[in-house]
Amino acid sequence: MDIARHWRLRDQRYNLQGTVCAGCGHKMFPPRVVCPECRSRKIETFEFSGQGEVYSHTVVYQAPEGFDAYVPYVAALVRLEEGPLISAQLTDVNVDEVAIGLPVEMVTRKLTEQEENGLIVYGYKFRPRF
Amino acid sequence: MTMKPSRQVGIVGYGAYVPRYRLAAEEISQLWRGGQDRDTLPVREKSVPGPDEDSVSMSIEAARNALQRAQIDPTQLRAVWVGSESPPYAVKPTSTIVAQAIGAVPSTSAGDWEFACKAGSETMQAAIAMVGSSMADYAMGIGMDTAQGRPGDALEYTAAAGGAAFVFGPGEEALAVLEASYSYVTDTPDFFRRAHQHYPEHGNRFTGEPAYFHHVLSAGRHLMESLGLTAEDFALAVFHQPNVKFPQRAAQKLGFTAEQIRPGLLVGDIGNTYAGSSLIGLTGCLDAAQPGDRILMVSFGSGAGSDAFSFVVTEQLSKRRSLARTTQDYIARRQPVHYATYARWRSKLLLK
Repeated sequence: MDIARHWRLRDQRYNLQGTVCAGCGHKMFPPRVVCPECRSRKIETFEFSGQGEVYSHTVVYQAPEGFDAYVPYVAALVRLEEGPLISAQLTDVNVDEVAIGLPVEMVTRKLTEQEENGLIVYGYKFRPRF
Repeated sequence: MTMKPSRQVGIVGYGAYVPRYRLAAEEISQLWRGGQDRDTLPVREKSVPGPDEDSVSMSIEAARNALQRAQIDPTQLRAVWVGSESPPYAVKPTSTIVAQAIGAVPSTSAGDWEFACKAGSETMQAAIAMVGSSMADYAMGIGMDTAQGRPGDALEYTAAAGGAAFVFGPGEEALAVLEASYSYVTDTPDFFRRAHQHYPEHGNRFTGEPAYFHHVLSAGRHLMESLGLTAEDFALAVFHQPNVKFPQRAAQKLGFTAEQIRPGLLVGDIGNTYAGSSLIGLTGCLDAAQPGDRILMVSFGSGAGSDAFSFVVTEQLSKRRSLARTTQDYIARRQPVHYATYARWRSKLLLK
């Protein structure tokens, strides 16, 4: 059931908690222990604002196991306003409304349910700003 | 019998949440009754949660809105309490997921409250007590539901999704100060759901006079009389809203005008949000209120009981109101869906 993995990732999943380099200010998501820009190990926790825009997107019709309930849905690359590019599902949007550059914001939603007796996993998705 | 905390307590932040989707009551009527009851529908439409929404995700968004208005660090909260009759887990608190997501962990109390539609206002009473006793400076109470009605049942027209979160804190920081509260409960089995059942049972007409009206009117009347107030002393009022008619009639019996209940009467547009119903109505009032306004809120939960609160709005409301989305912002964000989509999302189709 991967309970330990989901538990370990809860803050980055619920809150877009990443890291920032104390040396050069580079912001990272997912979090890292070494800065890929300046090799510094002085890394601090950083919570992203959740604001960003769609960098690229596709519509998923054949979903992996556990995501059937949302088909058809939009999988996107989102450029966060602080810099990182992350992949995420879009929500609260019609598939034909999505375009490159669409301003989006992070929401915490149900990602998947592990069968009827398993864990319910929550995490970030993005929706159009309103 | 009226309850007052030993120090002044008030609402320092509030936030609402309503999902994006709507199902028209007329569509339900057409499907199950051939449109026979088209002229007597209890609401115009109801909110429907998206396939990735539940009481956890919705509570998180309402709580984040409340924190934006409260302007406090979430680690200052000493309680995160969620009242709901639709917790995603039978055993595993909703409140710890919400507390983690809003950054309130680990030095906080968390718990899930149950009292049908009154679970949300119970969290408010408890949060007021916690702050009022000086055990804590800030406590959060949430009422949130994704309600289900049996397909074709009268409740299906109204069973909706949404709710609100409130941060209670010291009176001097409040945007609305509590004057007093009162709770009134009896054993009245008007509506219930046994363990492992998908849908609740209700007592049809029994849900009206001995349940809703008796408790709402008793709680509201007692609180107003004990404070020496009449309906004219209040600018706004909100009553639990299972449909449009019940709160209108309760308001009228207590002497309130249609104008006084308008900003909080949201059920026609979003349906009955159960444990969130009177709480989101209160957010509608706060979005519209002016400094000095007095607001009456009376909840109702089957089983049965009511909590009544009297708040007085302060100057701070107008400064903090715009720090988060208003309740009407969420109501205006509206995407109609057909019954088939609703049936799929609400797991009413047998897939295996």
